[in-house]
Amino acid sequence: MLAEIGHFALILSLLVALAQSVLPMLGAIRGDAALMAFGRSAAGLQALLIGLSFACLMTLFGQADFSVALVANHSALSQPLPYRLAATWGNHEGSMLLWVLVLSIYGAGIARFGDNLRATLQARILSVQAMISVAFLAFALFTSNPFARLFPVPLDGAELNPLLQDPGLVFHPPLLYLGYVGFSVTFSFAVAALLEGRADPAWARWMRPWVLAAWVPLTCGITLGSFWAYYELGWGGWWFWDPVENASFMPWLIGTALLHSAIVTEKRGSLAGWTILLAILAFSLSLIGTFLVRSGILTSVHAFAVDPKRGVFILAMIIGATGTALTLFAAKAPMLRSGALFGSVSRESGLTFNNLLLMALTAVVFLGTFYPVIMEAVAPTNKISVGPPYYNLVFAPLAAPLLILVTIGPMLAWKRDDLGALARKLLLPVAIIAVVLAGLALWTGLAKLSAALGLALGAWLIMGAVLVLVRRWRGAGGFSWRLVRTTPAATIGLVLAHAGLGFTTAGIAAMSAFSAEKILVMRPGETAAAGPVSVTMTGAEEVEGANYRALRAHFSVRQNGSTHGLVSERRLYTVSGSQTTEAGIGVSVLGNQYVAIGDVQQDARGQGLVVRIYWHPLVGWIWFGGLLMAMGGAASLSDRRFRIGAPQVRTPLAPNLVPAE
Amino acid sequence: MKRLLFILPIIAFAGLAAFLGFGLTQDPKELPSQLIDRPLPEFALPGIEDGGGPGFASASFKGEPRLLNIWASWCAACPQEHPVLTQIAREGFPVYGIAWKDKPQDSREWLARYGNPYAAVAADQQGRTAIDLGVTGVPETFIVDKKGRVRFKQIGPISPEVWEGQIKPLMQQLRAEA
Amino acid sequence: MKRAFLALALMLATPAAAVLPDEMLPDAAQEARARAISKDLRCVVCQNQSIDDSDAPLARDLRLLVREQIAKGKSDADVRDYVVQRYGNFVLLKPPVEGDTLLLWAGPFAILLLGAAGLIAWQRRAPVATPDSAPLSEAERAELDRLAGPHN
Repeated sequence: MLAEIGHFALILSLLVALAQSVLPMLGAIRGDAALMAFGRSAAGLQALLIGLSFACLMTLFGQADFSVALVANHSALSQPLPYRLAATWGNHEGSMLLWVLVLSIYGAGIARFGDNLRATLQARILSVQAMISVAFLAFALFTSNPFARLFPVPLDGAELNPLLQDPGLVFHPPLLYLGYVGFSVTFSFAVAALLEGRADPAWARWMRPWVLAAWVPLTCGITLGSFWAYYELGWGGWWFWDPVENASFMPWLIGTALLHSAIVTEKRGSLAGWTILLAILAFSLSLIGTFLVRSGILTSVHAFAVDPKRGVFILAMIIGATGTALTLFAAKAPMLRSGALFGSVSRESGLTFNNLLLMALTAVVFLGTFYPVIMEAVAPTNKISVGPPYYNLVFAPLAAPLLILVTIGPMLAWKRDDLGALARKLLLPVAIIAVVLAGLALWTGLAKLSAALGLALGAWLIMGAVLVLVRRWRGAGGFSWRLVRTTPAATIGLVLAHAGLGFTTAGIAAMSAFSAEKILVMRPGETAAAGPVSVTMTGAEEVEGANYRALRAHFSVRQNGSTHGLVSERRLYTVSGSQTTEAGIGVSVLGNQYVAIGDVQQDARGQGLVVRIYWHPLVGWIWFGGLLMAMGGAASLSDRRFRIGAPQVRTPLAPNLVPAE
Repeated sequence: MKRLLFILPIIAFAGLAAFLGFGLTQDPKELPSQLIDRPLPEFALPGIEDGGGPGFASASFKGEPRLLNIWASWCAACPQEHPVLTQIAREGFPVYGIAWKDKPQDSREWLARYGNPYAAVAADQQGRTAIDLGVTGVPETFIVDKKGRVRFKQIGPISPEVWEGQIKPLMQQLRAEA
Repeated sequence: MKRAFLALALMLATPAAAVLPDEMLPDAAQEARARAISKDLRCVVCQNQSIDDSDAPLARDLRLLVREQIAKGKSDADVRDYVVQRYGNFVLLKPPVEGDTLLLWAGPFAILLLGAAGLIAWQRRAPVATPDSAPLSEAERAELDRLAGPHN
């Protein structure tokens, strides 16, 4: 019964979305307030219906109702309840339902919190949003119905992939979807602006909180995914340049560019066309990511069960959405009023170069991900692969100038700055970093100079962030508490995000240069070392878990005179027969000790357990930095100037702020 | 000029969409063989009888076109291909088999159960010859011409359609070659 | 202890991930080279993993092959060529720089250079009209504030 209710609610929501995709748009064209108001109610209703549908599916998973095919295929009775519930989105059909749920929640958000928007703009945004809903709801209903029944009803279900039975699954996909789907809002903003022929500072200011609303969860999702892979996969890798990771990284890079270009459009009215293009691209890349995961066009560890029919459907959606938006862009964007000009040394210029570098970095990831597909078309006998060695080689030289710029950018004045003044402002920071770099280089030696450079870059970023605060607090008349208290949340956001980037950079540099590993066969009582970490195996035993059996090994780990215990498990999930490794990780600020056991093997001294010992210096900084970035975004979002429910705008529109051309 | 700049994104996107559409029709896992039109790499493998016995060597692939089939008793798709191989052998085309990473005992039992379509069977227990051949899985089949050059590689089982439509015409053509 | 190991050996029939102690070369320098090469070679039957990370049997065969070639005194380039001869450029996780892959290697840098050139040209053509270098005039700031509604 629940399955039928859920299915029916989903069909109803498709009908509502159909109406919402047409009527408010019509209202905006005709100036009909009633039709525009319908858009707001429809968006709320749509979210309610999809919410109901999703609740039904989740309840079915909770009840372990194996008469529903999806439940039977992705959860077993032996699975703990939280993972049975999370299994709702641990599969293709359920995750699509989560996707449309998030989409409808954002739509309802625009309806609820968007009353400060120009009414016609809001109506158009809601219509575009509903068109996306229609496409995805049709996709879910016609190719991936989550409520399909199964007969005969099995007694128990097939287990969810054990790798997914982890708290990571509970949060990682929903966060990513909040990010991906969040960019649908900025996409709708862009399309609506093109339709209205207006992208002015007010438009950019309205859009920016929505960019942040997508960027913050996406940042969290990527960070969490990286952390999850690190502790779950058993050897401490934290980023793999896998096509599906790339699929989340590209919208993040473009979203970051958008975040910055929207500042220029908001403050100076410039780069409006560019900002619109980025808003379109961010969502398009999210869609392409979905295509990658679900079409089987590329091989990836993350891929869902592959079905070419779905691939065709998603490709059609991408062509429909992105193709229409970019055509509109080609037709309308040249007519947009260009805003104020700026000098070649100015904040605007700095932000433009930030965007250029982020585009180049996106191009690295994009070309790396899709080049195998392109090669298959142009040179079918010369298939290639693109993996970490390519990305590491090309990404770093393009990322470095961006990171240098991050600290300089906030020092620049708007409109036009003076090179001499900039040089004076930079003198002290550059001198400090030069000393830091020299010290680091002496310590690391020439062979690891790249690590010294990376660590110095991290220090440069953190120092740059602190300097922003110092400059703000010192003001013209010296330090004052009043200036501290009145620091805008957006400034705090900038400081946190840029400092976060610094921590991440330092973590990556340390990990790539100083991590150590030792792989060997050990027996209880034996000791081995990797870098500064010394590990003694103290015992091993067999244990029973809720739905698995495992071998558990105990270790005593010594570093810098202090000793503590770690436990690693190798699990066999009894229903599916698959195995996972649970690493023992000793966490500290300076780095993680990581011990993982493998299978039984023979060596010169007899039978023992394969043990992998790693030392991962500063690895935690990578995720701490990601978290700081997300917190920075959240702080900016809380800035009252952007508050989504901020009071209504009284004047309809700003004229061009500065005489242009 | 300025106009062109704004049209650029849609043009680039059209190109990408075309590639993605094309990509949908391809199997990303299928790897083209490096051996096409090159001589069969050298190998000399023992048979699957007890104590080795005579298998065959690459040097023997001369004088007539042959099929070289890589299979294994543990291979899931091989039983499906087996009737086709039997049919091919019945039609008078010699099929040679290499059992990949398979215990000779298991290979023998498998052939006893399903019947032996092979003119000769050799064992590649270490999988080293398979690597030389660029094998990525079982079954795979190479078509070798009179001069011992590889002319075609089938990845996955040979279906009746592939045999009738592609491989058989090729074999007949290779027979006609000087 | 021994019993636990035996029970486990039966239980964990499939091997654990990646490079294993029994594959390693006794010479540390050679082993390090083998690891480095393995990280650049793709496991052809896996999903985008290097043979160093993969637990597929074919990846293990290739790891052993790489070590065998190194032990024979082959150079790193020779070993890579040896594998490429058999499986093609597909096994290289870092594709070679050649005509077909030019766009892959040069594309990102070309985007940066073209973009920078375009930006500079645009700024040259239309120099900033107003000479002042103030961040925002009072009037402009007031305008923006009005847009966003009252501050408090």
